[in-house]
Amino acid sequence: MMTENFALWVYLSRTPLLWLTVTICAYVLADRVSIRLGRHPFANPVLHAVWMIGLVLAATGTPYRVYFEGAQFVHFMLGPATVALAIPLYAHRKTVARAILPMAGALLVGAVVALVSAVAIAQALGVPHDVLVSLAPKSVTAGVAMGVSERFGGDPTLTAVLVMTTGVIGAIVVTPLMRLTGITDMRARGYAAGLSAHGIGTARAFQVDLLAGTFAGIGMGLNAMLTPILVPVLLPMILR
Amino acid sequence: MIVSLGLLLLCQLVGEAVARATDLPVPGPVLGMALMLSLLLARDRLERVTPVELHDGTLERTSNALLANLSLLFVPAGVGVVQRLDLMATHGVALLVALGVSTVLALLATVATFRLIARWSGDA
Repeated sequence: MMTENFALWVYLSRTPLLWLTVTICAYVLADRVSIRLGRHPFANPVLHAVWMIGLVLAATGTPYRVYFEGAQFVHFMLGPATVALAIPLYAHRKTVARAILPMAGALLVGAVVALVSAVAIAQALGVPHDVLVSLAPKSVTAGVAMGVSERFGGDPTLTAVLVMTTGVIGAIVVTPLMRLTGITDMRARGYAAGLSAHGIGTARAFQVDLLAGTFAGIGMGLNAMLTPILVPVLLPMILR
Repeated sequence: MIVSLGLLLLCQLVGEAVARATDLPVPGPVLGMALMLSLLLARDRLERVTPVELHDGTLERTSNALLANLSLLFVPAGVGVVQRLDLMATHGVALLVALGVSTVLALLATVATFRLIARWSGDA
C-alpha cells in the first residue's frame, strides 16, 4: 500500500498536471471566499491562494522550480491577458480619449512617487544596496520589472517577489484609501490602482467597476513604458 | 474562442518580436495591446477580410473571460515568495514598510494629480 502511494506520488510529482490543478483549485477556493465576503479587500484571492499553495509545497517538500513547471501554463496566460486589455480599452475609447491630459500628468507624478518613495524609505531603514535596485521597479508588471532589475544589477527573482507584494498591498488598500479621500471618479481610482499596483491592482479594479478596470489597464501599461526609462535616471540620485 | 485566443497570441508574438528587434524599453505584451487596439479600430473598415470572430462579439467574450480571472494568473509568480523567505526574515519588515507606504503614496499622488488636471481642464 505504502509503495503504491509512493509510486503514485512519483508519477504525479513529475507531470505538470498536479501543480496546475493545485494552482487552479487554490485560486477557485480563495476566489469563492472573496465573493462570499463581498470582495472584501482583505479576502484578496492572490494573497490567499499563494499562502495555501506555499503550505502545500512546504508540507510535500516540493521545490518552487518543480511547482512552476506545472504552474507555468497559468503564468504564461499573463501575456495574452495583457493584450486582451485592448478590448475594454476599445469599448471605452471615447471616455479614455477625453482623459488624455489627466492620465499623462498622473502617470508622471505617480511613477516618480512610486519609485522614489520605495527606494528612499527602504534605504533609510537600512536595506542593502543590491536589494534597493531590485526594489526600484516594484510598481511595474512582473515581466518588465524583472528585466529592469536585471539590467541595473538587481536580482530578478527578488524583484518578482517585491512586485507581487506591492500588487497585493495595492489591491488591499486601494478601496478603503479611496473611500477615505472621498474621490468617486472611477477613472482616477482605477488608473491609480493600475499604475501603483500593476496587474493585481488592475484585477482588483475590475472586481469593483468595469470602467475602473479599463483605466487600471491603461495605468499599468503606461507605467510599464515609463518606469524602465525612469529607473536609470532617478536611481543614482537617490542611492547614497 | 480559438480564433480569438489565436489572435491574442498573434498580437503578443508580433509585440515581442518588435520589442526585441528594436530594443525598445516597452514590453512585448504592451505593444501587443496597442496592436490589438489598432486592429479593433480598423475592423469596421476591414469587415470583409477579417475573421467573423472579430465582429460577432466572440473576441469580447474570450477577452472578458480572461480578464475576469486576471488574479489567477499572478498566483504562480506570487508563490515565488517561498524562494526568498531568507531575505524576508532579515529585511522583511523594512521592505513591507517601504512597499506599504510607497504604494499608499503612489495611489494618492496618482489619483490627486488625475483629479486636479481633470478639474483644471474642465472635465468634471
